Amino acid sequence: MTVKYEKTKGLTDKPLTYCPGCTHGIVHKLIGESLVELDILDKAIGIASVGCSVFSYQFFNCDGQQAPHGRACAEATGVKRVLPDNIVFTYQGDGDLASIGIAETIHAANRGENITVIFLNNAIYGMTGGQMAPTSLIGQKTTTSQDGRNQADHGNPIKISEMFSTIEGVAYLERVSVHNPKNVIKAKKAIKKAFQYQKENRGFTMIEVLSSCPVNWGMKPVDALKWVESDMIPVYPLGVFKDKGVNDEKN
Amino acid sequence: MAKVLMKGNEAIALAAIKGGVDAFYGYPITPQNEVPEYLSKHLKANGKVFLQAESEVSAINMVYGAAGAGKRVMTSSSSPGIALKQEGISYIAAAELPCVIVSVMRGGPGLGGIQPSQADYYQATRGGGNGDYQLIVYAPESIQETIDIMKESFDIADYYRNPVMVLVDGLIGQMMESVDFDKPVKERFLPEKDWATNGTKNHPGKINVANSLHIDPNNLEKHNIHLQEKYNTIRKNEVRYELVNFDNPDFVIVAYGTMARICRSSIELLEKEGISVGMIRPISLFPYPKEAFTKIPNKVKGLLTCELSHGQMLDDVLIANNGKHKVGFFGRSGGMVPDPEEIVEAIKNFDERVVN
Ligand SMILES: Cc1ncc(C[n+]2csc(CCOP(=O)(O)OP(=O)(O)O)c2C)c(N)n1
Ligand code: SF4
Ligand SMILES: [Mg+2]
Repeated sequence: MTVKYEKTKGLTDKPLTYCPGCTHGIVHKLIGESLVELDILDKAIGIASVGCSVFSYQFFNCDGQQAPHGRACAEATGVKRVLPDNIVFTYQGDGDLASIGIAETIHAANRGENITVIFLNNAIYGMTGGQMAPTSLIGQKTTTSQDGRNQADHGNPIKISEMFSTIEGVAYLERVSVHNPKNVIKAKKAIKKAFQYQKENRGFTMIEVLSSCPVNWGMKPVDALKWVESDMIPVYPLGVFKDKGVNDEKN
Repeated sequence: MAKVLMKGNEAIALAAIKGGVDAFYGYPITPQNEVPEYLSKHLKANGKVFLQAESEVSAINMVYGAAGAGKRVMTSSSSPGIALKQEGISYIAAAELPCVIVSVMRGGPGLGGIQPSQADYYQATRGGGNGDYQLIVYAPESIQETIDIMKESFDIADYYRNPVMVLVDGLIGQMMESVDFDKPVKERFLPEKDWATNGTKNHPGKINVANSLHIDPNNLEKHNIHLQEKYNTIRKNEVRYELVNFDNPDFVIVAYGTMARICRSSIELLEKEGISVGMIRPISLFPYPKEAFTKIPNKVKGLLTCELSHGQMLDDVLIANNGKHKVGFFGRSGGMVPDPEEIVEAIKNFDERVVN
């Protein structure tokens, strides 16, 4: 019997803690696969953040640290500076990265820290029960914007990839989505490429992954995936925002 | 190395290098800037890590990262900066990661001032971070003592897997003294850091995690009990204090750091007037040297707690004294440093200063 497919060795056997239909798990799988395929799992240190992925240090089959809310990029910097030959990545939600941890993230990017940030944007604070995030869409109803987010009170959804594309220290930056198989394949390529860049010491890499939160969006899992396509992608267009490697080759 | 004349803050930095520091992360703030300035030059030159962070919040989390990775790591700051570090300090203590935190106190509260103060005793010993945790806190009174403690503090942090805070004030940071960097440090058996998150290639078959999350209350309580047991071991083994002029005192002063230095002069002045005053000088603030108070002769007329604050260590004095003697208090704050004569007067008018 030939093995056609097996669970990646990049993840442990610990059961995931995510809700049914949540796409956090898919992103975990893509990271695990990338670490194995690039043969860097035994050098990797994953920094878990505070959000639904707070237990991710139990899921990645490598060393890990659990960071205070928003501080993952500072922790990753601390690790990478003393262990430059290791692979260091963070896994952060949009509340963690785009709100409380924006300073840590911008400065890690600006220093060109040779780390990889996996930024999971689900336009909501999942773990705390569906409060508004800086990434929530205009009109989106959350437990703290019950009439829908409006620009006058809350500003506009913060576009992290667009913002970070202006930062010199960023080597590779792409926004992907995991709402259908075609996009999952693209997301995998992007994540793997980010780790490849880190292996080559090219600088700061970040992959923004649009992800669904069926529970706190109040949708069935399939409808949530549709909402990613119909409502999120128009605000957060997919694509490569920065690729220093490609530019370097052109120059 | 023979004796050298050196400024306190630079001596702290050089002592850290002698203590084997691998990495420094910090953010500028007066009056401790010479610490990072010195290290920025000398750590890099020795292939070690120096990084100026974007804030104290980031700096302490970089410390968490590097400490978790198994390295000897430190940060340094002053009052408002230490306030910002409290979140990270709580996480580091919870995750049982070793590191050294230098706190050069200035006047507060708020932005306060930049002159010497001891108003961060609570901050150091009670903490502003959440949860049942303790730092090991040392409060040296001279640059020499600061150097000796700095060098040893990395070993102590590693030994207990606990953050150590070296608490000085702007005066010690800014003054100059002739000092010796080569005094031997007490040998401790330090096991391999087999818990370091440095990649499973360094410890095959085992995943290492630096973590403070214990979602099951049973496990969290177990973890807390384990921490308390560790703190009790520290209470047993790491108490440090000096008894000054304890032969036959009429009064006993309790003071630490710069204030203790000033009180030494006051004690000499009082001696000339025929008033014999002893001093308990706590060197470790956690663990607090309670046992020193058992050595106070019964006939003593009172204990005068002297601080560059309006009374923070006073709480620990009252606890240690346990109602036995009258306790008085003398304090200046905001960067105002008293003359020895002010404490002489306070002893003479002790009855006006009694707080219990
Ligand atoms: C300092 C601090 N503030 C607030 C919280 C509470 N908290 C936990 S998770 C979270 C939001 C997480 O949202 P996000 O980063 O978007 O992750 P998600 O759960 O959506 O994946 C907050 C506010 C905390 N743990 N620490
Ligand atoms: S709350 Fe939302 S983001 Fe969190 S696990 Fe559930 S579905 Fe996923
Ligand atoms: Mg979120």
